[in-house]
Amino acid sequence: MGEKKMKKVKTIKVDVDKCHGCRACEVACSAFHAAPQYSSNNPARSRVRVIREPIKDIYVPVYAGENAKAECMGRDKYVIDGKEYDECAFCRASCPSRDLFKEPDSGLPLKCDMCEGEEEPLCVKWCLVDALTYEEREEEVEEEVKPEDVEIGLEALVDKYGLEQVMDTVARRSLSKKG
Amino acid sequence: MRYAETGFNLEIDLSRGNIERVETDPRDTELYLGGLGTNAKILWDRVPPETEPFSPDNLLIFGTGLLCGTPATGCNRTIVSTFSPQTQLMAYSMMGGFWAPELKYAGYDKVILRGKSPQLVYIWINNDKVEIRDAAHLQGKGAVETAEILLQELKEPKAQVVAIGLAGENRVYFASIEQGRSSASRGGIGAVMGDKGVKAIVVRGTKDINVARPAEFMELCTEVLQYIKFRNENPVPGVMPILAGLGSPQEMKVHDEKWHTENFMWGNSRTRRKDFWNEEIARQWTETLDTMRRRLISCFNCPMTCGATIQPPGRSTYMMKCFSKLTYTMAAMSDLEFGLGIAQSATEYGVDAFSAPQVMAFALELYEAGILTDQDFPGMPADNEGRFYWLLDRIARREGIGDVLANGTYWAARQIGKGAEAYAHNNIKKHEQLPLKLSMLNPIYFLMYATGEKINITQIEGQFPQAPFATKEEREAFVEDWFQVPDEKFKQYFLDWEIRGEKSMPYYPTVPMCCDIVDWQERMHYIDDALGMCAGLSSFPLKPPYHIHNYPKFISAGAGVDMDEAKLTQAAKRYRTLVRAINIRRGMRRKDEKPPEDHWKKRFPELEKELLDTYYNFKGWNNQGIPTEESLHELGLDYVSEDFGQRGIGSDQEGTPAEETSADT
Repeated sequence: MGEKKMKKVKTIKVDVDKCHGCRACEVACSAFHAAPQYSSNNPARSRVRVIREPIKDIYVPVYAGENAKAECMGRDKYVIDGKEYDECAFCRASCPSRDLFKEPDSGLPLKCDMCEGEEEPLCVKWCLVDALTYEEREEEVEEEVKPEDVEIGLEALVDKYGLEQVMDTVARRSLSKKG
Repeated sequence: MRYAETGFNLEIDLSRGNIERVETDPRDTELYLGGLGTNAKILWDRVPPETEPFSPDNLLIFGTGLLCGTPATGCNRTIVSTFSPQTQLMAYSMMGGFWAPELKYAGYDKVILRGKSPQLVYIWINNDKVEIRDAAHLQGKGAVETAEILLQELKEPKAQVVAIGLAGENRVYFASIEQGRSSASRGGIGAVMGDKGVKAIVVRGTKDINVARPAEFMELCTEVLQYIKFRNENPVPGVMPILAGLGSPQEMKVHDEKWHTENFMWGNSRTRRKDFWNEEIARQWTETLDTMRRRLISCFNCPMTCGATIQPPGRSTYMMKCFSKLTYTMAAMSDLEFGLGIAQSATEYGVDAFSAPQVMAFALELYEAGILTDQDFPGMPADNEGRFYWLLDRIARREGIGDVLANGTYWAARQIGKGAEAYAHNNIKKHEQLPLKLSMLNPIYFLMYATGEKINITQIEGQFPQAPFATKEEREAFVEDWFQVPDEKFKQYFLDWEIRGEKSMPYYPTVPMCCDIVDWQERMHYIDDALGMCAGLSSFPLKPPYHIHNYPKFISAGAGVDMDEAKLTQAAKRYRTLVRAINIRRGMRRKDEKPPEDHWKKRFPELEKELLDTYYNFKGWNNQGIPTEESLHELGLDYVSEDFGQRGIGSDQEGTPAEETSADT
């Protein structure tokens, strides 16, 4: 077991009731992450996107998170205050089922980095209506003991094929090497 | 490499079905900036003055502003230019929303439509892939409805749509082009789109817009944001609420409508109701707005929440902007519930919310006066509200009397005859104006009304307070942080301006001062219209975040075009003069440049003449309002002089201007 430690957690609080759909967050994000910084603007490269259906009164700023290699098996619908949201509206993944959070040229996945180095993420700074606010909080976490690479690999193999088969294979290979 | 702009226009010939991506000349950007400026250049170069608005040779240009698509806050306007079937002059209506930046991201600065499609079509622009597609299934559909259908059909929820409703398809002279949150409404440009057989243009873009000097540009953007924050927290004291803050008048936020309802005119711009507003009405209207308003909303990259989604009971949701909130209510002498309800139909049909209500009130006035009779209104309901719904429907369908009314009050009155002309009393250059009738001539507004070629006062006025402040202390406090003025003299004009006495209207501000003030107001609007900036953050409000001192920096750092205040002023003057030249070539002269006769009760003909003479001279125009050879030369517009020379325009022998013709061909 690892030891207990305090960790700083960065959070963007999204108040969908305050969002008015202007997409300034997308603008600021794509400019900040352009190379060289601020040299270009393109919301398609933004790591925050506003899921926006004005007639249905749906406004959800959603952030790019981990890349998912596969699609979800099923997708749910959420009804909140009488409005029907697709589950994807709240999902942070860049995944094969949608074009969100991928570089438009290369298709490589994008991920929010909270504007590393800035005092607060730019999307928050540019959101004058406070739909996006930045919070840092302390959280007690258990410091994990980091497993080594070999161990991680082995664990995945054990997960997939079972311990017995892995052990057999290792034994067979070591025999043949000695052979 | 081109900065801020893409450097390419999309040229679509609807008659032949030909689509081309055409590179533009960067020198035009230096001379005319973009948006309105370069639209005007294209209209001058390519549309001969005798072209009828409903001719295949007329162009319909959707131009983005030079800085649209950059991070400049509030820069999102599409400037639509063509020749208006109603005024016969150049129409340049504008809309905010999301379409212009999306077009930039797709890789184009403008979409230029020419010719006519034999069938109703829509255009689908998806980055480099551009298609003209059949729109038979969209015929007769509402503008908002059309946008929703197309987004679903194309499975592109992030695409942006401009569309016309039934009014545009039927070439109603005050048909609008709708874009959900916004619309380009003035001048009947929706009718030209309908005439070209284009129901909608859908755009999706995922490309970059580059800026020339990134860090500097972002610094300027951040300053603007900070100043917006400051102004939101510090409204200007001593003016009515809608002028105290930024944004286009914050109609969707405001419950207190005492000022509009008691100062603007009701009916066919006839009746002033000075004691209209009371607690009971305030309670009712507040309840109506609170029940129907779902959310305050903004245009692309702007924090101002000037619009709202409105959901009237039993009707579909739509998005409302600015003063459309009250125009139907007041034309029908009704209440807010009615106004927000009928505006839903009007948005789907796609009509201008200044003209349409006045046209309907005009029809009912003619009915009361016996000029139109029961025969003209077969099946019209007996109740007032019902009549407005009925008339709106007839107009959008061009059925019966609706076919006449669909040409606007000026042309309808001439068609109806029997003295109907006197009822079309609120027009400038054949176009319905804000319903406002006042007592004493205001010399500043006189000049703006007379010479403004947007033909729409709210898009010409701004920056300078509309009325003097009561005390010297208030005036001194106002000028203290008024850094937006192009010259210190404007502060003095304002400090000396009194409500009564020697230095009050109409003789103060003096004639030369009025010229300065109007020129400044107009200049800022023209700069906005080339850059694509919303007037609500720039030329319209008092003490805006964008002004003549930071604009040159935005253009230099953004577009990489070296700019200073003098050069920018000269550029704005250049395309402003070109807009005038286009209209002069179509026959506009001094006789057309007048506010409605009854706009003010107390008129001062000699002063008005002096104002116009002096202003024309100040602008480098002769006494017919025609730009002179010298002023054209100074602006590098010798090609205009040559054309004028060949046509005999501005010469001493110039005969009587061409007769008016209706575009109804």
